[in-house]
Parts: sequence; structure tokens; C-alpha cells
Amino acid sequence: MITARGLERRFRRKGRTGGEVHAVKGVDLDVDAGELVGFLGPNGAGKTTTLRMLTTLLKPTAGTATVGGRDLLADPVGVRERIGYVAQGGGTSPETKVADELELQGRLYRMSKADAIARGAELAEQLDLTGLDQRLTRTLSGGQRRRLDIALGLIHSPGLVFLDEPSTGLDPQSRANLWEHIRRLRAEQGVTVFLTTHYLDEADSLSDRLIVIDDGRIVAEGTPDALKARVSGDRVEVGVDPEQGADAAEIAGRLAGAHELSVADGEVRFRVPRGDVALPELLRALDAKSIPMRSVQVHRPTLDDVFLTLTGRSLREAEEGTRAA
Amino acid sequence: MLRDTWLIFRRDMKAALRNPTWIMIGIMQPLLYLFLFGPLMVKAMQAQGLSEVDGWMLLTPALIAQLALFGSSFVGFGLLADYRSGVVERFRVTPVSRGALLLGKVLASALQAVVQAILIILLAYLVFDLDAPVGGVLLSLVIVFLLAVSLASCSYALALTLKSEETFPALLNAVLIPLLLLSGILLPITAGVAPKWLYTISQINPFRHVVDVERSSFRGDFTMDALFTGSVVVLVMAVVSVWWGTRTFQKENA
Repeated sequence: MITARGLERRFRRKGRTGGEVHAVKGVDLDVDAGELVGFLGPNGAGKTTTLRMLTTLLKPTAGTATVGGRDLLADPVGVRERIGYVAQGGGTSPETKVADELELQGRLYRMSKADAIARGAELAEQLDLTGLDQRLTRTLSGGQRRRLDIALGLIHSPGLVFLDEPSTGLDPQSRANLWEHIRRLRAEQGVTVFLTTHYLDEADSLSDRLIVIDDGRIVAEGTPDALKARVSGDRVEVGVDPEQGADAAEIAGRLAGAHELSVADGEVRFRVPRGDVALPELLRALDAKSIPMRSVQVHRPTLDDVFLTLTGRSLREAEEGTRAA
Repeated sequence: MLRDTWLIFRRDMKAALRNPTWIMIGIMQPLLYLFLFGPLMVKAMQAQGLSEVDGWMLLTPALIAQLALFGSSFVGFGLLADYRSGVVERFRVTPVSRGALLLGKVLASALQAVVQAILIILLAYLVFDLDAPVGGVLLSLVIVFLLAVSLASCSYALALTLKSEETFPALLNAVLIPLLLLSGILLPITAGVAPKWLYTISQINPFRHVVDVERSSFRGDFTMDALFTGSVVVLVMAVVSVWWGTRTFQKENA
């Protein structure tokens, strides 16, 4: 569905200092039909710029791509006809009725009036928007408006849809509901979905496959589980009396496969391949030395850990870095 | 292209009709001039030996030119709102023709300007001593339409280039006030009355010629001499502006 090779984008910086921003530095992408792919990275990593290139909104400075079977550079109109795009901030005008937006959108995709109305009604039903067709879009709730944005992106039944940060700004319940809709879209209609997100839980729970971008380059790709497996093991945190911290750390260090050991203020941290297996052994060893344990936690690796392993920075640090730059 | 233009035109017209208050607010300014400035100007003209009808015949066509000048120049604000809400980008991802995105909006703005002009002419006719031939009024409406097409195209192009709700009106006001003063809308700038240098500058101002041709057509003066310059000016303005607007809409990242 998407094949991109060496996509690059530079922006000229405004102002007297001039200079260039190299937002995307050569991106290769492959997305198969029917996949639900998450494009994960911190804010400012080049997600939206890549997406805007793939959706014909921005011309690449270098590189080639075919999207929906059409060449991005030679046939942008062909690409536009075959894709749906839901922008980060949505795209509804506040003073327009829901039904009018849907009808116009369909007709801009060359559908007949009757088809556009029928398809609009069908999507409204699928996306829980029934009964809202005569409402002005500004009167909709955040979740409803987001679902309307998605309906607008799907009006012409595209085989491929791009969702830019679909759940940003939604309350937890609306988010869960939106995820359900996105999953159903793929399951029931076989739509290929390419979504960007900087939420780890979203990328984790929604995508079949993740592509991680940092600083304009793809740094990893794979299933969420495969990516997590790259992080070596579970993180264990054991709390003991501060005076016994060093002793406890020594005991923990003797566990099979323990590494990344650190101790501070009676907080002993380390990684082991299987936290659940290591824990009973640790308990016994501490007990034998009469060191009481105050607390214990075992963390499965998260995508944040993955990001940290891949780039040496956590997602949050990466975002603060781009903001400071 | 034609179909796309119609779709965008209809969208904008629907929005205007849903909120007709804006059309009324748009004609408030020329209306105030008509009622609060008109009687004064007519009296002043009488002192120069013109009849009352002559005075209204000078003011009314100038006011409808002013209406197009100011009303259509600010339509870019609507586009900035659409830009901020993501509507412009949503349209740009569809296969819709970029030229149609501009033309549909421009035609909707121009039609609204013509409707406002008709309202002003009707009021001047009913309340004051206006006596213009039907043919002349129709011609003046065609000119208002072309003028509105030019200014709306420029306004949309400028709004999309600046993309700023602050610089856009500041720049417009800086340009529009001298254009207004040098067009003789409020007081005809004639060789006899105006200082020579002012008269010369006003000749460079394209709007001056548009105002002149509006007045000629109201008088029913359809001679080549009276209509030629103004008509050519307004036609050239319309063509150049639409070309500029279309180019801006076609540019990537606009």
C-alpha cells in the first residue's frame, strides 16, 4: 500500500539567520494492504512531515514513494483519490452542519449527490454519529467531532487511511471508543491504517506493527512485542532499609542474568530476563540474611523502555529536547 | 473544475445565508456614509452649482465601489478561519481542483458584494433623489462584480500567504486608506478643484478609474471616452488577481 524510499524534507528557516531544518532525513517505509501500522516518535521527530509528504500535502525534497499504487510525484491526484487523511487538528468548520460536511466531502471526491448522502449516513451509523446530521459541528463533543473527522476521511471508501494523532485531546473513554472504531475499520472493511502517535499505550494496543522515528530517521520497526523483546528483560525495584541497601544489591547481583544494577536510598533496581522467576529466589536470599523487604515492583518492558534502548533517551526527554532546540 | 467551483461556491453561500447578519454588517459602513455623509456632501455640491440629483448621482456609485473595495478586501479572514480549523487542508487532500477552491470562494464573495450594492442603490433611490437609468445601474453592478472578484482574489491570496490574523488587517488598512482617499470616492478629484500633484497621483490609482466609470454608467454616459479606461482597468485587475490567487492556492504548503 505504501512504499517509500529515501524520503527527505528540508525546510528553509525563516528570518535573517536563515539556515535549514532537515526535518526528515531519508525515510524508507513499507506498508502492506490490510495492515494497521503505528508510526511512533516524540513530537518534532518528523512524523507529521512524513505523513504530509505521503498524502501529497508537501513535496519531498528527495526520495520516491508509491501510495495506494500511484506514484506520489507523478500522479498526486491519483494518490489523493485513493487515500483518506485525518489531520491532527481535524478539519471541520464550526458553523457547518454535520450532514453538509459529509455530503460536500463526498462530492469533492467526485461522488454523486445521492451516493455521498447515502455513504455519509452509513458512516454516521458506523461511527455512532446517528441523529447528529443537522447539528452544527461546533456543538459536537470532542469525541464526536473526532469521529466526524474520521468519517470525512472515509467518505470515498479509500483502501488506505492516514490518521495523524487520532486520540490527542480526547478523554480516556472517548479514546478507548475511538480505538475500538479504528480496530473495527480494519477488521470489517479491510482498510489499511497508518497512524501516527506519541502515546505509547496507543501504539502498543492498536498497531500490528510499529515504525519508530526519531530525529527524522527510522530507528526501529517490528511488532510491539518484538520491539519490547529488544529491551533485555524486566525491571525490578526492591525497597529495603537504606543501611542495608548495599547488602541487598549484592544479593540481587548474584541472581542469574541480573544487570543494570543500581542502588540509592534503599531502592535497589536491576533488570533480569524473567522478573516473576527471579523474585521468589530474591525473597529467600534476603530472608536468609534477615533483610526485610519494604516494597517490590516488577515492570514489564514498555515502549518507553524500547525508545530509551533505541535512542538513549526516553520519549519525554526527546520531546523536551526538541522543544528546547 | 466547473463542478468543483460550484460545490465550493455553494458551501460559502450556504454559510452566508445561515448567518445573514454578516451581509448586513457589511453594508453598515456604506449605509452610514449614505445617511450621515450624503446629505452634507449634496449640500456642499449645491454650493458649487450642482443640483441635488447630481450630488446623489456622484455619491451612490462611489459608495458601491467603496463597498466592494472594503467588503471584499477582508474576505480573507474567513479563509484564515478555515485554515486554522484545518478545512483548507482537508480540501487539499481531496482531488478537488486548486483553482476551484479559490474561484468558488471568490464568486460567492462577489455575489454578496453585488447583493449589497443592490440594497444600497435601492435605498438611495427610495429615500433620496437618485435618478439613474436601468442600463447604467446594471453596468455599474457588472463593474462592482469584477471589482469584488479582483479584491476577493487578492484578499484570499494575501491571507494564505501571510497566514496571520494580525498582519493581514494591518497591511490591508495601510493599503486601503490611501487607495480610498486617492480614488475620489468621498469627493470627486477633478483637475479644476484638486491640487495638481494630488490629481496626478490619483490618476495612477486604478480605483480612481473604477470609481469614474461607475459614475459615468450611473449618468448613462456610455461613450467610449467615459467607459474605456475604467473598464480596461477593472478587467485587467480581475484577470491578474485571479491568476495570482490561483497560483497561491496551487502552491504547496499553502
